Amino acid sequence: MPVWESFRLALQMIRAQKLKSGFSLIGVFIGVASLIGAWSIVNGVNRYMTEKFAQTLFGVNTFQLRRRPIFTPNVPDSVWRAWRRRPRIQFGDAEAVTAAITVPVITAWQSSENVSVFYGDKEARDIELTAASERYFDIKNLRIAVGRAFTAQENRSGVPVAVLGDAVAKRLFVDRTPLERNVRIGGTAYRVIGVVEKQGSVLGFPLDRFVVVPARSPAQNLVNPPGVLDALLVKASSEVEMREAMEQAEGVMRSRRHLRPRQDDNFVLDTSEGVQQFWAGISRILIVVLPGVVIVSLVIGGIVIMNIMLMAVTERTREIGLRKSLGARRRDVLRQFLAESAAIASVGAVFGILAGIGLTMLINAISPLPASVSPASILLGAVMGTGVGVIAGVYPASRASRLDPITALRQE
Amino acid sequence: MTAPASLAQPFHTGDTPLPDIIILTHKLARDYDMGGEVVRALRGVSLQIKRNEYVAVMGPSGSGKSTLMNLIGCLDTPTAGEYWLNSQKVSDLDDDELARIRNKEIGFVFQTFNLLPRATALHNVELPLIYAGLGARERRDRAARALERVGLGDRMEHKPNELSGGQRQRVAIARALVNEPSILLADEPTGNLDSTTSAEIMAVFRDLHGQGQTIVMVTHERDIAAHAARVVTLRDGVIATDQRQAA
Repeated sequence: MPVWESFRLALQMIRAQKLKSGFSLIGVFIGVASLIGAWSIVNGVNRYMTEKFAQTLFGVNTFQLRRRPIFTPNVPDSVWRAWRRRPRIQFGDAEAVTAAITVPVITAWQSSENVSVFYGDKEARDIELTAASERYFDIKNLRIAVGRAFTAQENRSGVPVAVLGDAVAKRLFVDRTPLERNVRIGGTAYRVIGVVEKQGSVLGFPLDRFVVVPARSPAQNLVNPPGVLDALLVKASSEVEMREAMEQAEGVMRSRRHLRPRQDDNFVLDTSEGVQQFWAGISRILIVVLPGVVIVSLVIGGIVIMNIMLMAVTERTREIGLRKSLGARRRDVLRQFLAESAAIASVGAVFGILAGIGLTMLINAISPLPASVSPASILLGAVMGTGVGVIAGVYPASRASRLDPITALRQE
Repeated sequence: MTAPASLAQPFHTGDTPLPDIIILTHKLARDYDMGGEVVRALRGVSLQIKRNEYVAVMGPSGSGKSTLMNLIGCLDTPTAGEYWLNSQKVSDLDDDELARIRNKEIGFVFQTFNLLPRATALHNVELPLIYAGLGARERRDRAARALERVGLGDRMEHKPNELSGGQRQRVAIARALVNEPSILLADEPTGNLDSTTSAEIMAVFRDLHGQGQTIVMVTHERDIAAHAARVVTLRDGVIATDQRQAA
């Protein structure tokens, strides 16, 4: 009997006993659905982390000279205290590092603080005010939607002009043009010269609630003590050049801080690697935990299917005897029951795959997690689901195939 | 005790039966081990059945007729002796070869019909052809022809529960015939039928016999056995009588 014939027979059997088959495939269903759902989250967040989050935070081939790392999960108190004792980054440091880097790079200063921005009687609260130099927009890949960014000249002379994030413009001006209007930040009037394109959000954090002003404008007093900045952003045109620029920056900073060779750096050259490493750690945990959950449900699913198949063998003993008397060989009977077991599991896997895809779409719709179905997970789900069916079917099928036709036919 | 000489050619171990002898058993024996105690169900049965014979096997329960039936049907293997079916020595074949013999050479008809309840008449009749490895189209054609042969050409898509007892048994006969077997082996074929329907089935058997089919039928009913041309009676695992009779 050809394999597809057994499979067709098996599907008939499933259709004839919908309820029983439904219960028997629920384990495989849950296993495969959770495999695909969880994998989709890991996969989606992974892509987000590497493609968008890290890029948004840092930019490509970009490092930041800072007092401490920007992304600091799970840091012990002692390390925090050490970081707080470090000296701040001075304007002079930024200038010296910029001057010392020989590879072609673009640099920008950056200091940020949360403030309120006013226009007339309207207030936009909890806005990230960034005092930056003019190349900040290039490094952060912030494109201007309306108006323009500020110039190097405006930055040097600290002219009070402001470039708004999309959400701020919408909040304060609704649908009127913000250009040439004056917004108030910390009591100083800033002339709006541009609005940045909408950035959307990352993991639920909005990216459009910001205002960028020149680093030497009066806002400097709001973000940092005089002469101090949060970070010097350095963007190179390749990974190799970035590494070289980092070495040069480290050398300059160490000599400016008079560090002896055995002393550690009291500053950091932070890259997106830190974020990515942290995420890689989380996803490694997920990748260890996830198979556990999936395997448990598949094992349970397999046991359920095995029991159902053993029941089927008992119930259909006469049928097996009959088939043998009509010329079915052991391997025909074996194949029939294996196919049936595999068919139950495959149907469970198919529903599980559909549910997993549905789950992914649901997660995308109602949560900030950027889930995305991985084709590999569908393949793995299908293979594992069917595999469980085959493995669970081996014992019942071999019992069926070894039945003695005479005894089987006499069975009531 | 051996079979009367008039009905059997002399046969010795090592011989090959004549081609017109479809069934030949030589000193066939079957012992069962019932928890340490050996039950000798058959104690040397030598039987020869020619092509197109119609034989009834009778005997009280415990006489060994079911055991003989199982051996002739290749569902069981003998403890000793030889069994030749259609010039092929089947007494020392393995499991898979026996399955092939059952598929090609033997058509079973059971007392309880043994139809698959969820399958149509047509699919039930197709079953042996599936194991013979035939394609779907040829299976359908041959199963349909077999059903027509037993007068059920208009009931092909019916399921067993939509058929009467006599119709079910005719589906089973069609299934037995579909592979054109050497012998039709019927085990109490009328045991679950009333006398009118029994007569109907016996008429089908008579027609098949008329068309050249070899039939071996186990029964304990004398009037059913009376339809056969030859009656073999077993007692205590050996042949007691073996007589031809007028049909």
